[in-house]
Amino acid sequence: MSWNRRHLLTLEELSLAELDQIHATAASFKKILTRSVKKVPALRGKTIVNLFLEPSTRTRMAFDMAAKRLSADTISLDAKSSSTTKGESLRDTAQNIEALQADMIVVRHSAPGSPLYLSKILGIPVINAGDGAHEHPTQGLLDTFTMRERLGSLKGRRVVILGDILYSRVARSNIQALKTFGADVTLVGPSTLVPKHLEALGVTVSHDLRSALADAEVVMLLRIQHERQNAGMFPSIGEYTSMFGLNQQRAAWLHPNAIIMHPGPINRGVEIDSELADGPRSVILDQVTNGIAVRMAVLYLCAGGQPEYVTPTG
Amino acid sequence: MPAPLTFDAPELHAAIERLATAIESRHGVKPPVVLAGIANGGIELAQRLGRRLGVPTAQLNPAFHRDDIGRNPIPGDTQPSIIPFDITGRTVVIVDDVLHSGRTLKAAIDELFDWGRPAAVELAILIDRGGRKMPFAADYVGLTVTPTDRQKVNVFLDATDPSRDTASITALKS
Repeated sequence: MSWNRRHLLTLEELSLAELDQIHATAASFKKILTRSVKKVPALRGKTIVNLFLEPSTRTRMAFDMAAKRLSADTISLDAKSSSTTKGESLRDTAQNIEALQADMIVVRHSAPGSPLYLSKILGIPVINAGDGAHEHPTQGLLDTFTMRERLGSLKGRRVVILGDILYSRVARSNIQALKTFGADVTLVGPSTLVPKHLEALGVTVSHDLRSALADAEVVMLLRIQHERQNAGMFPSIGEYTSMFGLNQQRAAWLHPNAIIMHPGPINRGVEIDSELADGPRSVILDQVTNGIAVRMAVLYLCAGGQPEYVTPTG
Repeated sequence: MPAPLTFDAPELHAAIERLATAIESRHGVKPPVVLAGIANGGIELAQRLGRRLGVPTAQLNPAFHRDDIGRNPIPGDTQPSIIPFDITGRTVVIVDDVLHSGRTLKAAIDELFDWGRPAAVELAILIDRGGRKMPFAADYVGLTVTPTDRQKVNVFLDATDPSRDTASITALKS
């Protein structure tokens, strides 16, 4: 099959074949990142606008670098420098970006569904770079790409996602992709952050760290946001760490070949000890590198996505 | 419309042998060249020629150098470029199953030069169907056909069972 989508809004709607195609394309792009000419002309002449109305460091840098590796021109706009501070609506901001002849827009916004909304009013591809607590599809793609690099097929693999799941768009996108790949997903953490109703996503919910980690092949940690403590989701950061922080002793419960993942930024000594974050089982920096390749694949495929079939020119 | 035309395995094997012999006649029986098959159709052909000539082979994926993104569907099957040797200063023979407009070849040459600076680049084609839109000519040609613009040349080289190799000219889907 060939790629037809113009937008990447959520991983929920992607088929296994589409996820495979993104990963295969990313694998090709990853090889480009290691050679002396780290650039291809695939998107030469295109302009991509990164509209980041929520703070971001690595996602924005990775999208920017991915676009440049594809020879596209990029402009980054954040909340402080955009006219949204003057009261301009998202719709008006986005329509102005399109009127400035941008070819593609990458959007991060605190409102769930905002990329979907933009995809309906704009004539250019829209890429979701994180919408509220809904989804962060490219993070889910790069995380599963990293898992497949290390483990091969994800079918039947035991994956644990540990931490603040309730408010995590990263967890949601990962769950969607992992389910499509046939992995066995367990969510674990305090009941306030990992409520039972998340089982409706087709995963196992647990509050027992030891049994959840036992023989798991992947443990993905999520950042504990300090504001959650203020909201009364758990008594103190220290108590969270003593109950759910990953240390050497707890890492020993994992499968011997297990990998440790974290989408960043890391709170060292809170959700993970430094010696594990920097240790041989950690693939945290691989995730960052893979983030460029996966985003190159998404930008490339969506730039070429179209529903109609045209005869190849040979 | 002319009747569909088919080549069977012996005809294709004779054409591949002609390519190998032509490369040998230019470069000698142990040719100091490397082969680079264009993904996906040229990969199996390059490997067969490489085994026959005793020279190393690579695969070239020109997709990211194509100039028609957004005009043609992006195929689902992606074979990355794999060049397991340094091409700088060497003679590289690019290998493909069919030569038509030359656009794929132009993209493949661009991809090749991202990996190094060959001393020379030559071209070996199993079937030249004419209809060039770029100023390219193959150095080595196995077969020549002249289909109409509304026809497509299909080549299938079976890596596991070469007796199933086949090539045909069929009408394009409208």
